[in-house]
Amino acid sequence: MPRRRIRTAAVTSLTLFAAALTGCGGGDGGSTTLSYFIADGPQQDVAERCAAESGGAYDFNIQRLPNTAAGGREQLLRRLAAEDRSLDIVSVDPPYMAEFANAGFLRQFTDAERQEFSEGILKGPLEQSLFRDAMWSAPLYGNTQLLWYRKSVLQKAGVDPAAGPVTWDQLIQGATKAGVTLAGQGRRNESLMVWVNALVASAGGSILAEGSQNVPADQVQGELDSEAGAAAVKIMHDLAVSPAAPAGFTTAGEEDSRAAFQAGNGGFMVNWPYVWAAFDTAIEEGSLPPDFKDDVGWAAYPRVEAGTPSAAPSGGLGLSISAFSDKQDLAVEAIRCLRTAQSQKEFMISAGNPAALGEVFNDPEIREMFPMADQIRDGMNEATPRPVSPYYGDVTGSIQAGFHPPDDLNPQTTPREANQLLEDVLSNRRLI
Amino acid sequence: MSITTSAAAASQDAPSAKPARRKVRLTDRSRHERNLGWLLAGPAFIVMVAVTGYPILNAIWLSLFDYRLTDPSGREFIGLSNYGMILTDGLFWQQFGITTFITVVTVAVELVLGFALAMVMHRALYLRTPLRTAILVPYGIITVVSAYAWAYAFSNTYGFVNPMLGLGEFDWFGGTWSALFAVCVAEIWKTTPFMSLLLLAGLAQIPDDYLEAAKVDGAKAWQRVKRVILPNMKAAIMVALLFRTLDAFRIFDSIFIMTAGAQNTETLSFLAYRQTISRVMIGLGSAVSVILAILVVLIAFLFLKVFKTDLSQTRGDRK
Repeated sequence: MPRRRIRTAAVTSLTLFAAALTGCGGGDGGSTTLSYFIADGPQQDVAERCAAESGGAYDFNIQRLPNTAAGGREQLLRRLAAEDRSLDIVSVDPPYMAEFANAGFLRQFTDAERQEFSEGILKGPLEQSLFRDAMWSAPLYGNTQLLWYRKSVLQKAGVDPAAGPVTWDQLIQGATKAGVTLAGQGRRNESLMVWVNALVASAGGSILAEGSQNVPADQVQGELDSEAGAAAVKIMHDLAVSPAAPAGFTTAGEEDSRAAFQAGNGGFMVNWPYVWAAFDTAIEEGSLPPDFKDDVGWAAYPRVEAGTPSAAPSGGLGLSISAFSDKQDLAVEAIRCLRTAQSQKEFMISAGNPAALGEVFNDPEIREMFPMADQIRDGMNEATPRPVSPYYGDVTGSIQAGFHPPDDLNPQTTPREANQLLEDVLSNRRLI
Repeated sequence: MSITTSAAAASQDAPSAKPARRKVRLTDRSRHERNLGWLLAGPAFIVMVAVTGYPILNAIWLSLFDYRLTDPSGREFIGLSNYGMILTDGLFWQQFGITTFITVVTVAVELVLGFALAMVMHRALYLRTPLRTAILVPYGIITVVSAYAWAYAFSNTYGFVNPMLGLGEFDWFGGTWSALFAVCVAEIWKTTPFMSLLLLAGLAQIPDDYLEAAKVDGAKAWQRVKRVILPNMKAAIMVALLFRTLDAFRIFDSIFIMTAGAQNTETLSFLAYRQTISRVMIGLGSAVSVILAILVVLIAFLFLKVFKTDLSQTRGDRK
């Protein structure tokens, strides 16, 4: 074969190779286009309105995160750790914010911005937007769990949450007596961590020792080997082995709990307020009778002891700005619109996600749609956020491993073993 | 194309000594063709090394560090400590046991079922194409989709398995063994067709004369299988077993969807995922991955030793 043809073939081959290598490149969509990573659909509707209202000052390139909180965290972690400049505004599940902030992945809000984005925010969502006395996430919406019950079973159960706070023991005994279920989340995922944290906090304890957020991982101390830890374990085990536990309790997430509550022998359930809107959908679809909601009542999250307050779980979503974004000032401007009372009202109406701003709960439309609005607002003020830790991934992983399955837990041994596991994992001495 | 002399030619030059190797002078045409080959294949070769070799070497390097992605300043060289920690942790051995259990059970069942299906496909006289297509459908379904389908099937609230077996609200995913059973069923359903496809290829290579001769000699059906079919399918069986064993040993997606690792159903791939992706402990996760890779290589090596089959002969590369 002539040399010229060989050379031509080689040049063609190298050109194709170079083209393949550079083919992944792409523009950022224009200097006023903000890349916005959303966690749910309603965020897109609000973003489109904000972009239209900005008069061309900014536009959004919307990217959807995975459905689960853990999945969203993993994707953001990978991108931010790679210093991906294509991220501007990211939706961060509050427990993971400290991890991102500690790693230098997020831009800290200035004092003036912190003041602006804190004003009128309920206590639970506000607390979980701060890390080492700085704000890293603007609360977009909050969340808390309530106790939901079927009014028709109360008399037989001999317990009335509407008359005053109830304990987990009362509920377990009442549900057993009435032959109905008490649905909760026993699945080994973040929902189990939510439950453990609420129980431990209500019993007067905490998962991590005070000041844990400021020490290296191998110096973090757990506080589960305590009376509070034992009280939490006892309740989890008692419920899991009682006749009140729905079938498949140890693998039940939020939607499984709702299914158990909606079933014929449903009695009580702890769950997020989204279920209220979900009941409507089920009624529209015909899987629930039209008068189902007439039989549904709600009350404050159950407590561990009659004399101690409950510690309702805290959830929600915050908006953070990537430390690697080239448009940080524009992102702040966009967040101003994304988190307004009007936007938060829209989230609440469309997805049932409670607003983080207290004033939204006074809106007549909200009060009509959510007759339990006061209960949600109180819950978010009394809520106990999950531990704020730069190593939250390990903390929740250890808790999920140490407290699962709930029917195998033992108040005598689980608190000590779970605490040891937590500290060993944080010190890189054990696997989870 | 050969660039060395044959052993026979070498022995003529030096009959009493070890055969000598002598370079053959290439013609211009041969040299041009060789250069062209390198030029055309070179970029692909570089890409292949970049996408496989570099990550492997990087994983080995990273496994020597205590390195958390969210704590880059705390990165510290710790030598082989990660390996020591992993190999002395009970969780690793527990998950090694679960992985081995799933591998042995699924591959054994798949071999028997796969062989039966291969015989059906091979011997079918009517509707051969639709039959083969029907048998191969599960393999065409994405593992995640099939895992979801089986997770719903085994669900205690809306699954069809419980009503079919009259098990009420039995929670398959509430216990280790029942959950592993469900995982194995999903895995077997999904990959038996692959096994049968490989075995079918082996069956098709057996000359009909052998079977005819055995029949004439009075061999019964089972004897024909044992004495003629299986020995002649040795290479195909080894390839099928090897591929499926390596695949099963790295099982991840089915378990991720069906149990998310709960009830002690985590495997070694899951362990690597949890350390690397969930915990972002890059050093520790890399060490688990390296161990997993070594185990996979060991399995392949053992298969080649046990079966004593030279695969290159089956391709006709050597005479």
